[in-house]
Amino acid sequence: MSTQPGSLEMVARQWDYFRTLFRRTWRGSIVSNTVLPVFFLLAMGLGLGGYIDDGGSSTIGISYLAFIAPGMLATNAMTMAVGESTYPIWVSFKWEPVYSARIATPLRIVDVLNGLVAFLLVRLVLTCAVMMAVLVAFGTVSSVAGGVGAVLMCTLLGLAYALPVFALSASIDDDTPFALLFRLGIIPMTLFSGAFFPVSQMPEALQWVAYLTPIWHGVESARMCTTGVVAWLPLAGHAGYLAVWVVAGWLLARRQFTARLADG
Amino acid sequence: MPDPTTAPLVRARALTKSYGDFQAVRGIDIDVAPGEAFGFLGPNGAGKSSTMRMVAAVSPVTSGELRILGLDPATDGPQIRAQIGVCPQEDTLDTELTVRENLVVYGRYFGMSRQRCRQRADELLEFVHLADKAGGKITALSGGMKRRLTIARSLVNEPRLLLLDEPTTGLDPQARHVVWDQLYRLKQTGVTIVLTTHYMDEAEQLCDRLVVMDQGAIAAEGSPRTLIEAYSTREVAEIRMGVGDNAVAADKAEGLAERMEVLPDRILLYADSGDAVLEAVHARGIRPQSTLVRRSTLEDVFLRLTGRSLGE
Ligand SMILES: Nc1ncnc2c1ncn2[C@@H]1O[C@H](COP(=O)(O)OP(=O)(O)OP(=O)(O)O)[C@@H](O)[C@H]1O
Ligand SMILES: [Mg+2]
Repeated sequence: MSTQPGSLEMVARQWDYFRTLFRRTWRGSIVSNTVLPVFFLLAMGLGLGGYIDDGGSSTIGISYLAFIAPGMLATNAMTMAVGESTYPIWVSFKWEPVYSARIATPLRIVDVLNGLVAFLLVRLVLTCAVMMAVLVAFGTVSSVAGGVGAVLMCTLLGLAYALPVFALSASIDDDTPFALLFRLGIIPMTLFSGAFFPVSQMPEALQWVAYLTPIWHGVESARMCTTGVVAWLPLAGHAGYLAVWVVAGWLLARRQFTARLADG
Repeated sequence: MPDPTTAPLVRARALTKSYGDFQAVRGIDIDVAPGEAFGFLGPNGAGKSSTMRMVAAVSPVTSGELRILGLDPATDGPQIRAQIGVCPQEDTLDTELTVRENLVVYGRYFGMSRQRCRQRADELLEFVHLADKAGGKITALSGGMKRRLTIARSLVNEPRLLLLDEPTTGLDPQARHVVWDQLYRLKQTGVTIVLTTHYMDEAEQLCDRLVVMDQGAIAAEGSPRTLIEAYSTREVAEIRMGVGDNAVAADKAEGLAERMEVLPDRILLYADSGDAVLEAVHARGIRPQSTLVRRSTLEDVFLRLTGRSLGE
């Protein structure tokens, strides 16, 4: 009697919903998620980078453009993931009871969460792949495998941010924490995570703060992949650290989704 | 093994629901038989929606026993929800999808094939007279149309048991009759219906049996007819006095009827013959501004049971 459909089947059942939405929004979504990092690559990578490289400062060993390109890939994945897991999710909880409609069907609360994660995963892969094409066009990727590896690492990085933020979005009634998250979290992490300059330039205490943030691990691993200078053990360490954030974030998000939806 | 043709589709014993330390449902017993139309009648805050959400296997039971289709919602939620249809009190349509997409996408959640979902969506749009709106936006629908679409959505999976939380609240009289007609047709096809309402005419029209709910508890149970017979008289004479004259008139009318209710705007006199009571009222020298004789309704039952009218 207990032939309960599995979790994957429950996610698959939500695919038509996401496909319907995605068909309408994918173009705009790709443009808005890649325009800004491309501007950064042009201004900082080519403009500023040309200036620095001419000055002969070779402490980073590669061109400045090649140095910040994986940083752009990683910070862009982070920014997109946080953007997609803040307001859109919060609005659905607070103003549009679409999740309540879904849990009145055989879908469970955890299936609704998994559906959102799966949809974001697809968009992260796509956004990172489009960005990777840009990086290739800029001539900053050393190998195909490296390019694929960097896309995968940055997708994982995106989830490491999205899942804890899903939990936050399910928990708050008022959206002011989002402004704090962006100003005191995402922007400083973009600037000081090794995307634009090596964290070794910072005081030692701050370096340790950077090591704790998922973004530093994303930037470091993406840079290994695109430059082709891979150290396997550290790479595995970065992936493991990001995976811990994903799993812990998922557990937290499941708890908060349940608290919000069961008696909403 | 209980007989599946008569075993209750919904069975609750000492069922409660608490939010924090506030108890919204205070130990109710219900049995809904297959094919029945069962109603919860009660004022705002009575606990109707809280009960419905537990029966829909969405909101966890605080204490007591609840079985839906013989299954326990705590462990078999997905199986229960696969076989029931739910029309919640607040419309939960997806404004990012069109009218038809709302039905198709919803059907997919039940594991129905794409083709079946599309076919079912078209059937249901016909059924609720929204076929001409199929490609339109949700935000372009009137309140009554949204309600009808929500009802259509609850039927996507061809449920055995249909839960409707205030299906017609906010509809104009004509739209309400359209919905009643549709529910009546569903009932003819053997669908079991559980609905909540605070319209006594809706309860009388649609329900084979109902419970009057007040402050989280069941005050009475029965068919509309038996409730009226048990808790009211055949007729009611209503008299309206001038402002402030109610109390004096009520004193004078003491003993004329089987029972008397003094409301802010009128006095209700319960008797088997309303006309006879009105004659007696005149004989005592009471001069109302207007009078009315009518049959007892569930509103009178409610007043008797709770001391309040439904609208309060
Ligand atoms: N999620 C919730 N959290 C806290 N209290 C709640 C919640 N839902 C309902 N209540 C309270 O429980 C009581 C019963 O509410 P419920 O919605 O079940 O009433 P109802 O009979 O459906 O009323 P209405 O006719 O207004 O829809 C009310 O006092 C309400 O404030
Ligand atoms: Mg209600």
